[in-house]
Amino acid sequence: MAEACAVILLAALTAYIVLAGADFGAGFWDLTAGGAERGGPVRGLVQRSMSPVWEANHVWLILLFTVFWTAFPEAFASTVSTLYIPMFAAAIGIIFRGAAFAFRGQAGTIRDARFFGGLFATASVIVPFALGTVVGAVASGRVPVGNAAGDPVGSWLNPTGILVGVLAVAVGTYMSAVFLCHDAVRAEQPGLVRAFRRRAVGSGLVTGAIAIVGLFVLRGDARTLYDGLTGGVAVWLVAASIVAGLATLTLVGRTERFGWARLTAAVAVVGLVAAWGAAQEPDLLPGALTIGEAAAGDATLQAVLISTGIAVVVLTPSLALLFRLVLTGRLDQEYAPLDHRFRPFDALSNGAGAPAAAGGPPTSADPVDRSEGDDR
Amino acid sequence: MQAMSLAVHIPLVCFGIAWPTIVLFTEGLYLRTGDPVYKALAKRWSKVMLVLFAVGVVTGTILSFEFGLLWPNFMATYGEVFGLGFTLEGISFFVEGIFIAIYVYGWDRMSRTAHFLSGIPIAIAGVVGSLMVIAINAWMNKPGGFTQVDGRVVSANPWDALFGRGFVWHELVHMYLAGYLVCGFIVAGFYAHGWLQGRRTRYHRAALIIPLTFAALIAPVQLVVGDWAGRTVAKEQPVKLAAMEGLGQTTAGAPFHILGYYDAAAGEVRYGIKIPKLLSLLADHDPDATVAGLDAVPVEDRPTTRGINIVRFSFQAMIAIGTGLVMLAGWFLLTWWRRGRLPRSKWFFRAIVLAAPLTVVALISGWITTEVGRQPWVVYDHMRTADAVTEASGLPIALAVLIVVYVLLISGVVWLLRRLAAHPPETELPTEQRPGAVAVAPSGGRDADGGSGSARDDADGRAD
Repeated sequence: MAEACAVILLAALTAYIVLAGADFGAGFWDLTAGGAERGGPVRGLVQRSMSPVWEANHVWLILLFTVFWTAFPEAFASTVSTLYIPMFAAAIGIIFRGAAFAFRGQAGTIRDARFFGGLFATASVIVPFALGTVVGAVASGRVPVGNAAGDPVGSWLNPTGILVGVLAVAVGTYMSAVFLCHDAVRAEQPGLVRAFRRRAVGSGLVTGAIAIVGLFVLRGDARTLYDGLTGGVAVWLVAASIVAGLATLTLVGRTERFGWARLTAAVAVVGLVAAWGAAQEPDLLPGALTIGEAAAGDATLQAVLISTGIAVVVLTPSLALLFRLVLTGRLDQEYAPLDHRFRPFDALSNGAGAPAAAGGPPTSADPVDRSEGDDR
Repeated sequence: MQAMSLAVHIPLVCFGIAWPTIVLFTEGLYLRTGDPVYKALAKRWSKVMLVLFAVGVVTGTILSFEFGLLWPNFMATYGEVFGLGFTLEGISFFVEGIFIAIYVYGWDRMSRTAHFLSGIPIAIAGVVGSLMVIAINAWMNKPGGFTQVDGRVVSANPWDALFGRGFVWHELVHMYLAGYLVCGFIVAGFYAHGWLQGRRTRYHRAALIIPLTFAALIAPVQLVVGDWAGRTVAKEQPVKLAAMEGLGQTTAGAPFHILGYYDAAAGEVRYGIKIPKLLSLLADHDPDATVAGLDAVPVEDRPTTRGINIVRFSFQAMIAIGTGLVMLAGWFLLTWWRRGRLPRSKWFFRAIVLAAPLTVVALISGWITTEVGRQPWVVYDHMRTADAVTEASGLPIALAVLIVVYVLLISGVVWLLRRLAAHPPETELPTEQRPGAVAVAPSGGRDADGGSGSARDDADGRAD
């Protein structure tokens, strides 16, 4: 039963990386989109794609935590209290990411929007990095059992921690670029489709390079993890992840099957997380606690499994409904480059008169409806 | 630190509990009457709901981080006993997140009925989620459902721990009603303020009356529930009750003191207004009943003297505000019932404006009463707070950072809601539903849901 709970943890982590990771990646593209004018189209698409789903995506983390501390209370307490610096950084980052994103949706001027956008995008890079270092610290066996018993800095600020942190950011950007290709098609923005294909291929290559370099880092810094990943079941899972990653690259780079690319990109993440799990099985905190030792009593584990069952029954149809509505475009807002939303205001303050809206930007499919973004 | 985070999160929870129901009620009014005012109102409010939910998501995440960051021993020892509650809470949070997105982004994009139905899971999930968290708090107040050997928990039974203890139900109902009071009075307070400034359209009138009616109907019920809660505390946690009242010695026919402060040396309340036998009457519905005092347990198991005074003061603040709210509710309901209109006095609206922040004060006071009153225990009779806390250093820095962040967050929310309110309400509606033709839309509406575009720009420009 303890194993089943560990699998649930990994599954929740995977879902979080695939869904929320892509939201964080979108923050990265938002950050690097360029000045207000040049970056407007990208930011508009990011805003539109994330708005209806980011909250639900983020809840995976909360679910992950609650299962973690219920099923493996001692391991949870040890991990979080030792790694309090990256955890705290992630917590603060999460506040800024979520709040600034919500606030940007209501921003009244381009200045406000740029301010909140900057906050949102910076935080979107910090959070996955910080959480990645946490995973790195656990995976490399640097979390001992006890109340803040580990090294508060050295446990996560080390080659493996940094590697996993950077990898987490890179995977997010890759996922996000792939997803946004699909969303750009739905928004009927050929220019943006091209832009995100370029980004998807570029970030895919970078992510692959980091992963290859990473193997050497692990070999030197976390030998046990390296051996785990290169032997047994794990090596097949790593291979599956690589194949899925390459397939995604091909689908995005050579064809226009972005829907399938979404799927293969997700499979690549599943493979990677599963490989990690298989590599350190049966340990939960390598070198400190096995899954069996860390597990709560049977009645509790049973309760966790029952509530997971409830979750599957309740959440599957709800999520299916949400994603169906999103992917069929029922919840889509009208697309508008972010900076264009504010044009009418600028025009007004310049005394050019209200109907200036008709001026219309060339990239926008439907200039009339630009203010629809206000509905956020 | 966690106290502060909770203080920010709890009022949001109130909106999570009560707000969806009020919004849905309003949408229901629209479906029944077809009056676009109700639709504009429900749509506007649903956006407020989304913003508050977003903030609730982030503050909720912080709280779950803090459980591990601040209370590792508490989590390590008892995580398996009560963690289930949080798992279930996470699930209902999830449902809430999913349907809030569908509800808010689905306006005018789904059939009316489908849209209304998509709001119902939000309301249900809000209630279930808060039930779970309250069950955990109830468990901390009346632990059980596990056996402990040498400080380690063995044979935990989480279902029994959370729902079999009998402490959860009064806490739930009390909190649930508090949610409606806080939510109702805050929203009503906002529109009452507008009323005083002369914004008295049908829209504003409806926006004032709907939440106020909810709150006013619930205020008197809360008194009864509060009495139930008080009696349960008297039975299960006599020390907390003693602290709430500053009762030093176990007494038959115990008096109740209004104001004053508790003097530990003398073991009694000084400078308070003493009402003989009232405490016994309240605690046991019998004026001569014996009420346990603080001396029922050794000194180290009592809250500190400062703690006792904090608890007393919070408790009395809650009672005083609660009574005030009931009187305000009575004024409104009586006028509404006898005359079929709102009271005309400016003082009525001023009182509502005042009631809005006071409900939050009462809410926080009530929570302080139950939490500080339990000290020195984090899990009543099982684990002391001092034993639960983290040994990591740097807490003061973290606290300072978090304070700054929360101040920013709160000001951000206020800024955002003010911005939202600055849009004239008609802009929530597609053009053809707006009362009176709205200013010319030069480029013309393309279709029903997109047509609000240029007219909206126009309206926004004026509002700014």
